[in-house]
Amino acid sequence: MKKLLFGMFCLLAAEMAQAGVAIEHWTTPSGARVYFVASRSLPMLDVQIDFSAGNAYAAVDGGRLAGLAELTNELLDAGAAGLDEEQIAARLGDVGARLSSFVDADRASVSLRSMSAKTELDAALDLLRAILATPTFPAAALEREKARSIASIQEAETRPEQIVARRFAEAIYPGHPYGVQATAESVGRIGREDLRAFWRAHYGARRAVLTIVGDVSRAEAEIIAARLSDALPDAPPDAPLPAVTLPARQTIRVAHPATQAHIDIGLPFIRRGDKDFFPLLVGNYVLGGGGFVSRLMNEVREKRGLAYGVYSHFSPRKLEGPFQIGLQTKRSQAAEALGVVSATLAKFLEQGPTTSELKAAKQNLIDGQALSLDSNAKLLRTVALIGFYHLPLNYLDDFPRRVAGVTAAQVREAFARHVDPEHLVTVVLAGD
Amino acid sequence: MTQSSFSVVIRLAAIIAVSVGAAAASGQPGPIFERTLANGLRVIVKEDRRAPTVVHMVWYRAGSIDEMDGTSGVAHVLEHMMFKGTGKVGPGEFSKRVAALGGRENAFTSLDYTAYFQLVPEHALPQVMALEADRMANLRLDAKEFAQEIKVIMEERRMRTDDNPQALVNERMQSVAFQEHPYRRPVIGWMSDLEHMSYRDAQDWYRRWYAPNNAYVVVVGDVDHAAVFRLAEKYYGAIERRALPERRPLAEPKQLGIKRLEVEAAAKLPYLEMAWKVPKLQDVDSDREPYALEMLSALLDGQDAARLSKDLVRGQKVAQSVGAGYDSMLRGEAQFVLDGQPAEGKTVADLEAALRSEIARIQEEGVSEGELARAKTQTLAAQIYKRDSMMGQAMEIGAAEAVGLSWRDIDTMQDKLRSVTAAEVQAVARKYFKDDTLTVAVLDPQPLAAAAAKPPMKGPLR
Repeated sequence: MKKLLFGMFCLLAAEMAQAGVAIEHWTTPSGARVYFVASRSLPMLDVQIDFSAGNAYAAVDGGRLAGLAELTNELLDAGAAGLDEEQIAARLGDVGARLSSFVDADRASVSLRSMSAKTELDAALDLLRAILATPTFPAAALEREKARSIASIQEAETRPEQIVARRFAEAIYPGHPYGVQATAESVGRIGREDLRAFWRAHYGARRAVLTIVGDVSRAEAEIIAARLSDALPDAPPDAPLPAVTLPARQTIRVAHPATQAHIDIGLPFIRRGDKDFFPLLVGNYVLGGGGFVSRLMNEVREKRGLAYGVYSHFSPRKLEGPFQIGLQTKRSQAAEALGVVSATLAKFLEQGPTTSELKAAKQNLIDGQALSLDSNAKLLRTVALIGFYHLPLNYLDDFPRRVAGVTAAQVREAFARHVDPEHLVTVVLAGD
Repeated sequence: MTQSSFSVVIRLAAIIAVSVGAAAASGQPGPIFERTLANGLRVIVKEDRRAPTVVHMVWYRAGSIDEMDGTSGVAHVLEHMMFKGTGKVGPGEFSKRVAALGGRENAFTSLDYTAYFQLVPEHALPQVMALEADRMANLRLDAKEFAQEIKVIMEERRMRTDDNPQALVNERMQSVAFQEHPYRRPVIGWMSDLEHMSYRDAQDWYRRWYAPNNAYVVVVGDVDHAAVFRLAEKYYGAIERRALPERRPLAEPKQLGIKRLEVEAAAKLPYLEMAWKVPKLQDVDSDREPYALEMLSALLDGQDAARLSKDLVRGQKVAQSVGAGYDSMLRGEAQFVLDGQPAEGKTVADLEAALRSEIARIQEEGVSEGELARAKTQTLAAQIYKRDSMMGQAMEIGAAEAVGLSWRDIDTMQDKLRSVTAAEVQAVARKYFKDDTLTVAVLDPQPLAAAAAKPPMKGPLR
């Protein structure tokens, strides 16, 4: 066992980047949208399938069954096509494939990494098809995973960073699916029929986006995409989520014995595809997205030594995703740190970036674009986002020009439009 | 796996453990080239021209293993101070310049080494090399910058360890498992040592270890090796070689029986960590046991179908989460670690018994050829997948070199790993999993309210 200690806060990657990526796009006969990038220098293939089946889609009835989206996704490989979960895991292992999954607010995602040699790849893709199209959701596996999920939630309710994250989401999205959190009670209510119904209603081809990156031809990719999507349940297409309303300005304090206070500040921000995206991307780099060189890092860490890491970040979603500033500091310094962050934000909102800050931000985002796309894994992540959120196919080619065109006035105006201090929510845990 | 810091440690270790078996498994590995400059600095280049980017890393053979009591954490403190400027580059300017090149950069300190890296567009390699060479020789340390940065590092300690129950268990376990060997000290350092550290401690450390003949440069990416060697000569070539301090052997006295400890911290779930002292890799060609231990680790926790999750999480439902870890590539002493959280309604005693019975089953019944073949397939696939990441490839080379092995050994290690037999796995399970060398640490979770009522854990600054 080796202990690595990352000495500094990891830089948050720029949203996406570089020209010269040829994305091919088509729709399968069953209605799934496909995005394909051939990358033939390594004998491997990555496939990711994203469904409009994220947490927001399971957060109905005030969150009565919150946690359903994640449980459904997790249990896809608990049994399918006459195989039990051990047989599925063993077969994947036998061909050297890796299956992974995640659920966020909008998406439920399953991805497969396999060697591209035909025998291994065919076997791995057959398994992927089986778990997407014929999951059995065995009762015993469900009970076990519910118990694990409840234990995780109870543990999360003791962890400072997770408590803050949950309180923050609830507070910035009052009454909205984006704010609903799974609880021991909501997970306890979930039954096998709920999983089957959620899968049937949300894992359909017309709600699916397939991203394929790696060592296959276009013709092979078409066959793969058709095979993966043609047996999915006949779910209705995506329907809009309820509108987001802005929260009232508020500060929430949470008691906790931690040595550090955890602070989150933010509000609902923009949708993916918003016309203000590029000014906000450039501006946020200056404010707190640019790692060691951001204003927040300079004020909070470099000048005052108040925190190890401080950042601002935004994640556009189908609807207005969150903008968020976060940091941890010794609990007796919470008020001081909060003051520094508030003053830094207020000054930025008022004045926007300086000429040299604007230039530095553009340089990093444009010249660093290649770094966001220099592996199949990074390509997969980026192209999957482009596909799922209907961004233009020339998004990556256009990226340098769009960044270069941003002006300081546009940054200031865009931030003014989307960060109204009257709607800012602050959560402080363990602040003295 | 849990999202605990311990699993992060394991996950990072996995980067290196997987890297035991390097490049050539299949596909076309990028060629690797090496040159040693006159000042002793070694430069290792792997060409990978899939994308117009490059990773530049500088590794120093100085980690927390080289520290003394009273100044624990100084290796990591110096790592932070390396961003505070030279005669030519002002405080914080290093990061600004790399950012302006479109780059990303960071550094990390481990038990055995300290490493710095930049990921940049390929044309920016000369500039980042110039920056690294500058701070290899010309770092300016002063009391004012130090006073600010040491506060940041104390915040880092609070975040990583003091407020993270599983990390706390791991820290305290190591301090009990080793009574003399320097691995007993945490990389981040004890809080009291950080509170009393001076910029002169960092300066001493820099003067002692930051010499070209104690460092090596790893470059992976869209480069021509001959051009990289010319750049290295130009930027690093003028730095003078220095005599390095003597490194004495640091053997831990033989453990004479099981050690147990408990850690109380605010949490809901208990946590268990068991660590046995086992051999590390020393002779790539003639060693057998380290490879067998790597395979044992893969059989227990290498994939979804591996034994621990299958038997303890899904089968007996005794564990909420469970893991196994072993890293054969270390300068110091190796351990084989099993860890986990008991499932609802189970105790750490139940989990410990279940983990012991998994080991006992391998001791008695061995492992099947089928599961061994599956584990080997995974390591083969991992060799291909790893080549997708330039950073991963640079880490693999750097980690081997850090412990005195060569990148040339990487293929050999991979072949050896795949030659491990079921009998060898059974043999190491029998030989090394004895209580005499075992340390068991348990997290005793405390309710938040009770924990809040306790006096603060840390010293004068609280």
